[in-house]
Amino acid sequence: MIAIIDYGCGNLFSLSRSLQFLEIDSKITGSADEIKKADKIILPGVGAFGDAADKLNAAGHADLLKELAKDGRYILGICLGMQLLFEKSFEYGEHNGLGLLEGGIFPLGEDISGLKVPHMGWNKLDIVRNDPIFASAGKNDYFYFVHSFYAKNCENCLLATAEYGVDVPAVVGKGNVYGTQFHPEKSGEKGLALLKTFAEL
Amino acid sequence: MITKRIIPCLDVRDGRVVKGVNFEGIKDVASPVDMAKFYNESGADELVFYDITASHEGRQLFTDILKQAASEVFIPLTVGGGINSLDDFDRVLKCGADKVSVNSGAIKNPDLIGKAAKKYGDQCVVLSMDVKRVDGQFRVFQNGGRIDTGIDALEWAQFGQKNGAGELVVNSIDTDGVKNGFDIEMLKAISDLVTIPVIASGGAGKKEDFLDLFNADVADAGLAASIFHFRQVNIKELKLYLRENNIEMRI
Repeated sequence: MIAIIDYGCGNLFSLSRSLQFLEIDSKITGSADEIKKADKIILPGVGAFGDAADKLNAAGHADLLKELAKDGRYILGICLGMQLLFEKSFEYGEHNGLGLLEGGIFPLGEDISGLKVPHMGWNKLDIVRNDPIFASAGKNDYFYFVHSFYAKNCENCLLATAEYGVDVPAVVGKGNVYGTQFHPEKSGEKGLALLKTFAEL
Repeated sequence: MITKRIIPCLDVRDGRVVKGVNFEGIKDVASPVDMAKFYNESGADELVFYDITASHEGRQLFTDILKQAASEVFIPLTVGGGINSLDDFDRVLKCGADKVSVNSGAIKNPDLIGKAAKKYGDQCVVLSMDVKRVDGQFRVFQNGGRIDTGIDALEWAQFGQKNGAGELVVNSIDTDGVKNGFDIEMLKAISDLVTIPVIASGGAGKKEDFLDLFNADVADAGLAASIFHFRQVNIKELKLYLRENNIEMRI
């Protein structure tokens, strides 16, 4: 079973339905017991980093996720959920993330010019490092992005980028911890294929 | 780089697609869910569901259908029609919408844009405007283009962006239904003044119209209804054609 962590940040409808569509057993849950029992964990998230990090901490999920990640449990962060895996974010202030991946989150608008922010729409992946997560989708495939902040200083865990003025980290991962800046649950067939690959890791 | 987007729009009344016609490969041409699946398979980048129901029962039916479509089609969905309050945002977002488009609701209550953006994020709020030339001015109309609000479209677009709209849909009443191309002049006037994505609507009749639109660099996406519904333009062929002509497309 895959636990989709519910901590009050974002709409989990599509994510939950996409796993259902793939016939992958999943559950939206905020219960520590259920999260502990899950084979894999998805950390979703839409909204502001600081607020989301506070909610994760308040619910006790931050410590739990760190512990489970250490034990080798597979975790996939999506969009803001991916950003939360990093050490720090500089989105309106400075906030601590889970620190499961090396790097930080910075405003995209300061590093690009002449392009619209948010980076919103379908963009193509360039694979930086081959990884089992790309078994059925990835290279030159398009995925759906919506974000205004992005990961930097994350060469250690960088798996794929998407070009938008700069090389935007699109898939990151180290060991059992993965993140996608895009929304696989909104990226059509290729997005579903990637979710399926994660479920089968 | 991000692609330009092709967006079919489904008008839904009492749970059925209006203007649904003979589609090969679709059992029920008036079923929004079957249509959504068909467009998804043809390569549509997003779908717009427009609720043109007036009754309460129709509205309930609409959200049921939206839920069903969102459970089978996994690309971004925008919902519009009858969005007048934050409760309306909530109602459709819970059923799987990713973005919510406001039109008359924002004209009646301009605060709605900012309140929704604060609550759900800018990326979720689409300001849709029906625009027509009146005395040399681009004027915002409401009620399906019947009532001149007197609002200047260029000011309205900027107001929308400033208050947190994440995207603009510009529907030109002057070119709508004429099928002689998008209203490039109007779109340029508006897109020059905003930095948020602009979705062009009204006037598409053939694939060349989309190429002209994107070559003019006045919109991020092209939206159309009947030319897709009536199979005058096939989305897959359109996207291949655009890509051959150096427009970045997701194929």
